Amino acid sequence: MIFGIDVASILLGGFAAGMVLFIVSVGLSVTMGLMGFVNLAHGGFAMIGGYVIVLSMNRWGVGFVPALALGFVATAAFSVVMERLLYSRLYRAVELDQVLFTIGLVFFMIASVTLLVGPENQQLQLPDMLRGQLDLGFITYRTYSIVIIVIGVVFMVGIWLGFERTRMGAQIRAAVDNRRMAESLGINVNRLFTFTFAFGSGMAALGGGLGAEFLGLDPQYALKYLVYFLIVVAVGGLGRVTGVFYAALIIGVLDFVLKQYVPRGGTLYIYALTILLLLLRPQGLFGKPA
Amino acid sequence: MSAPASPLTHPAALALARRHRVRIWEPLPWLVAIAAYFVFPSYLTFGTEILVMVLFALSLDLALGYAGIITLGHAAFFGAGAYAAGMLSLYAGWNEPISLLLAAALVAGILGLLSGWVLLRTHGLTLLMLTLSFAALLEELCNQFIEYTGGFDGKNLDIAPVLGAFEFNPLYSNTQYLYALAVLFVMFVLVRSIVYSPFGHSLTGIRENILRMPAVGTPVQWRLAMAYSISAAVAGVAGALSAQTTLFVNQTFFNLEKSATVIIILILGGYGRLYGAFIGAIAYMALAHFLSKAYPTAWQLGLGLLLIVIALFARNGILGIGARMLRRLGGRAA
Repeated sequence: MIFGIDVASILLGGFAAGMVLFIVSVGLSVTMGLMGFVNLAHGGFAMIGGYVIVLSMNRWGVGFVPALALGFVATAAFSVVMERLLYSRLYRAVELDQVLFTIGLVFFMIASVTLLVGPENQQLQLPDMLRGQLDLGFITYRTYSIVIIVIGVVFMVGIWLGFERTRMGAQIRAAVDNRRMAESLGINVNRLFTFTFAFGSGMAALGGGLGAEFLGLDPQYALKYLVYFLIVVAVGGLGRVTGVFYAALIIGVLDFVLKQYVPRGGTLYIYALTILLLLLRPQGLFGKPA
Repeated sequence: MSAPASPLTHPAALALARRHRVRIWEPLPWLVAIAAYFVFPSYLTFGTEILVMVLFALSLDLALGYAGIITLGHAAFFGAGAYAAGMLSLYAGWNEPISLLLAAALVAGILGLLSGWVLLRTHGLTLLMLTLSFAALLEELCNQFIEYTGGFDGKNLDIAPVLGAFEFNPLYSNTQYLYALAVLFVMFVLVRSIVYSPFGHSLTGIRENILRMPAVGTPVQWRLAMAYSISAAVAGVAGALSAQTTLFVNQTFFNLEKSATVIIILILGGYGRLYGAFIGAIAYMALAHFLSKAYPTAWQLGLGLLLIVIALFARNGILGIGARMLRRLGGRAA
C-alpha cells in the first residue's frame, strides 16, 4: 500500500515537471520541424515570458491568469519582431550560422534581463487557491502540481485538435513532412512559420511562468534548461506534437525518479539514454524516418 | 619528341605545391608571440591562456573548418585530455609533462575515434544533440566520481619541471608561456601538414559535397572519423596543456560554455583558415579579459550583439573581412 502511494506521488511529481517541459518545448519542436532552424534561443523566450508573468504578479499585483495571458501575448509579439527582423534572414543559412546567431541572441537576452531586473532569482507568489494540498481520494498531493498537470493535458488536447482538425494544422503537418511539396501546392510556409514561431514562443513563456515555482527563474534559466528542452524535442521527434508530449512525460518522470533515488549524477542516465536512443532512432521515438 | 613533363615540373604539381608553401607573413604570429614574452612580462599567465585557446580553436578548425563537422561538444576532448594528464599525475605518479601530453592526446584521440565512428553517421540537429549530450555525459561522469576528480571544486596538480629543468612556478608564468608556445608550434606544424595533405583535401571535398566524394571513391565515414579523432587528440593536448600550466583541473573543462567559447573564437577569427584560431583567440580573450571583469553584463550584451552581427553579416570572421578588403584593394590597383 505504501509502495502504491510512493509510485503515485512520483508519477504525479514527474508528470507535473513533464507538463512544464512539454509546454515549453512543443513550439520548439514544431518550428524546428518546419524550417529545420536550430533555435538555441528558445529557452530565452521561456525566460523572458517567465519574467513578464512573475514580475507583473509581484510588482503590479496582476492576477495569476491575466499574468499568464500577458506573458503569452508579450512574448509572442516580441518573438514575431525577432523572427521577421532577424531569424528570417537565416532560413537558408547553414546550421553553424543559426547556432551562432541564436547563441548570440541568448547572451543578449540574458544580459538585457540582468541589466533591467537583476541577476537574482524571482519568486513566483502563487495565489492562495493554488497553495496547499488537494485530496484526490487515493492520495493527497500538492494542488499546484495537479493544476499544472490539468493545464498540460488541456493544452495537449487543444494543440492536438488544432493540429489534426483545422486547416492550418493540416498545412503545418504537410509542411513538416515535405516542405517543398507543400510550397508548390501553394501553402505559404513562411507565414505558417511566423505563426507557429509566435505561438511556440508564447507557449514557452507560459512554461517559463508555470514552472518558475520549482525550476526557479533567473537570467541563466535560458541556458540552464536548454539541454533538457532540446533533448525532449530530439527524443519526441521534430514536428510531432504527441511525440513531444510523451517524451516530456518520460523525461519528467525519469528525472524526478533519478533526483529522488540517485541524488548525485542522476542526469548521467538521461544523457546516456538520449545518446543511445538517437543512435538507434535519429528521428526520435515518435518521428518518421527521414 | 620531347619527354613528358616530369611530375615535379608539371603545372598541376606546381600549383599544388604552391598551395602549401610557407607564405612570407607566416612567421609573423610566432615573432609576435616571442616578442610578447619580452614586452609584456607581467601578462604571461594571460598569454598562456591565449595560447591554450589558440590550440583548442585550432583543433576545432580541423573538424569544423576543414571537415565541416558541426559539434557542440568539443569540450569533451579538452576535458578528457586535461583529466587524462591530471589523473595520471595524481594517482599514477606520472609527472613528466611532455609524455603526459602524449598520453592526453592518445586518450582524447581514442575517445574521438570511438565516438566519431558512431556519432558521425548522423548529421544536422541529431549530430548537434549527440555531441552536446556526449560532453554533458562526460561532465556528469566526472561529477559522479567526485572523490577522484574533485568535481566542481577540482584538484590541484603537481607537475614535474619541463625537461627536468624548468619548473612551473604558479607566481611567474615564464616557463608556462614558453612551454605552451613550443607545444602550440609543434601542433600547428602537424595540423598544417595534415590540412595540406591529400587527406586534408579529401576532408574539404567532403565538406563541400558529401555526395560526390563517395562517388570518386573516398571512404567518407572513415575519413570523417579520422579527422574527428585527430581533432580530438589536438583538443586533448590543449586540455592537458591548460591543466599543466594552471596546475589545476575541474569539471568545467567539459562544459557547454567551453564548447561554445571555442566555436565563438574560431568563427570570430574565421574558420577553415588555420590562422583564424590565432586572431579569434587574441580578439576574444583580450575583450573578455579586460571587459568581463569590469563590466560582466555589458560584456555578455556586447558579445551577444557581436555574434548576431557576425552570423548575419560577416560569416567568414575577422580574417574573412581582411581577405575581402585585400581583394578589393588589389582589384582597384589592377
